[in-house]
Amino acid sequence: DQVFHIVPETFQQVQHLQHLCSTLLLDLWKPQLPEDIQAGEDLHIRVPAPLVQEVKDSLDHHMISYKVLVPNVQELVNQSMPKERNSHRQVPEGYVYTQYHPMEEIYQWMTQIQKSNSELVTQHYLGETVENRTMYYLQISQPSDKNKKIIWMDCGIHAREWISPAFCQWFVKEILQNYKSDPKISRFLQNLDLYVLPVLNIDGYIYSWEKDRLWRKNRSPHMNGTCYGTDLNRNFNSSWGSVGVSYNCSSEIFCGSGPESEPETRAVAQFIERRKSDILCYLTIHSYGQYILTPYGSTTKPPSNSEELMHVAEKAAAALMGKYGTSYEVGPTSLILYSNSGSSRDWAHMIGIPFSYTFELRDKGVHGFLLPSYQIQPTCEETM
Amino acid sequence: QDIDDVGHKYYLELVLEDVLDKDSTVNCTAEVLYHLGNNNIAPDVQVSLEGELKNTDEADNIFYHRIKSLEKELVAENIPDSYGNVPPEMEPIHLLAWVASGYVIWQNSTENTEFHLAQIKHVKQVKRSDEYLEFDYMILLHEMVSQEIIPWQMTVLWHPQHGVQVTQDSRQPKHASE
Repeated sequence: DQVFHIVPETFQQVQHLQHLCSTLLLDLWKPQLPEDIQAGEDLHIRVPAPLVQEVKDSLDHHMISYKVLVPNVQELVNQSMPKERNSHRQVPEGYVYTQYHPMEEIYQWMTQIQKSNSELVTQHYLGETVENRTMYYLQISQPSDKNKKIIWMDCGIHAREWISPAFCQWFVKEILQNYKSDPKISRFLQNLDLYVLPVLNIDGYIYSWEKDRLWRKNRSPHMNGTCYGTDLNRNFNSSWGSVGVSYNCSSEIFCGSGPESEPETRAVAQFIERRKSDILCYLTIHSYGQYILTPYGSTTKPPSNSEELMHVAEKAAAALMGKYGTSYEVGPTSLILYSNSGSSRDWAHMIGIPFSYTFELRDKGVHGFLLPSYQIQPTCEETM
Repeated sequence: QDIDDVGHKYYLELVLEDVLDKDSTVNCTAEVLYHLGNNNIAPDVQVSLEGELKNTDEADNIFYHRIKSLEKELVAENIPDSYGNVPPEMEPIHLLAWVASGYVIWQNSTENTEFHLAQIKHVKQVKRSDEYLEFDYMILLHEMVSQEIIPWQMTVLWHPQHGVQVTQDSRQPKHASE
């Protein structure tokens, strides 16, 4: 949104400006009413962003000169309320989990969450992205003598799937808010450690906030910087490059120059490889489609523990449906979705992690990647 | 069903759900025939409804008169916005795009594609001297298998009694929407 400063010179110009204000329902800052617009007097109008070009064209067409007084109203608003924004940062109780957050806020959230829950949560370095941003995961672990098994969950491997990082944040909040009061959760934490990576593809996520909302891949440059991005979920070393991929950088499913060619992939793979004997379950969160997907995508040959995998997934889908009636389809990617190779879920299973699942959250295509924020809560609640 | 030398036929049972009233549903059956070989022909579709669709005359007429009485042609962008929001007065424009994109999707579907309307990048009303409303849309279609986002231009005609028509549509090169 912009604010224009105009000093009309003639009565004709005044008339035109009055007409413009009333038909486009523009927000008059000075004077208060269109009838008070006068030649020779200051006029300040706020123009909503989608109408800016149209208004400029109209002013040019009528030879009315103008200056842009405020080039970005939202920025001004943000600057004028520093206290409000800070309170989001300092107090996780003030963090709004039912809204989508940019990466900067998620970084701050992680620091805050560890600070206010230091008996349970520790933040750890995982690696770095192409653009040298640091990847952190949160470890939720109740101190004990037991050597506990691990459940790993990562979100945001695909930039445009905003509901996914929103879910990881919600998940952490739910566990931390309820581990003392909820017997299921406390039993859980007695026997298991949770490792959560809220945003895997940090560069891509930021890019989807700043430049292209529907961006999917990471931001690695190829062909001398004329083409960007590898699909991180085709970049893992599980039948890499064999099916359901493209070798062309301009494709959304470009698998990269080789398995684990991307730093983000390596960061995750190296960690999981090292700890694999303790990892019971690998979860990776995506959208959209409403599926719980089991291995494999690269072949229709069922995994060794396919019965057990399906059984658990079906129970999960039933529990999910019990909350709001949302139905999820369950099964191997190669059978119910499409063939693909190099996925993180396939790779995790192949190296020996018994329970490996991809969750595709809401919805089924009505909103697709642009899931409205009022659906964050119900989506997260049912997925818990 | 594989039909030799012709193609693959699918028999479907569907439930239609009213977007504006989730409890209102209509069962229907459909037969879809994908033609062998030639991917340039749209699949044949036959549908039969078991029941009636709700009458929408009142809402149609309200929308129709609202647009007809606008002083300036309607222009809008990014519906829904990045946060998934659609301003209430834009909802009919959104629904219209949905219906029209259904036609475009049908004309361009094969057994190996799954399209969804991802977003309206831009819509502009086109002035007409007759009774019809005309909108020039630039939409983004999301294709599941390739994961591609495909910009598509479509010209849509609408009238409360005469329904929706897509008079022109063309696939755009990848950077057309930026």
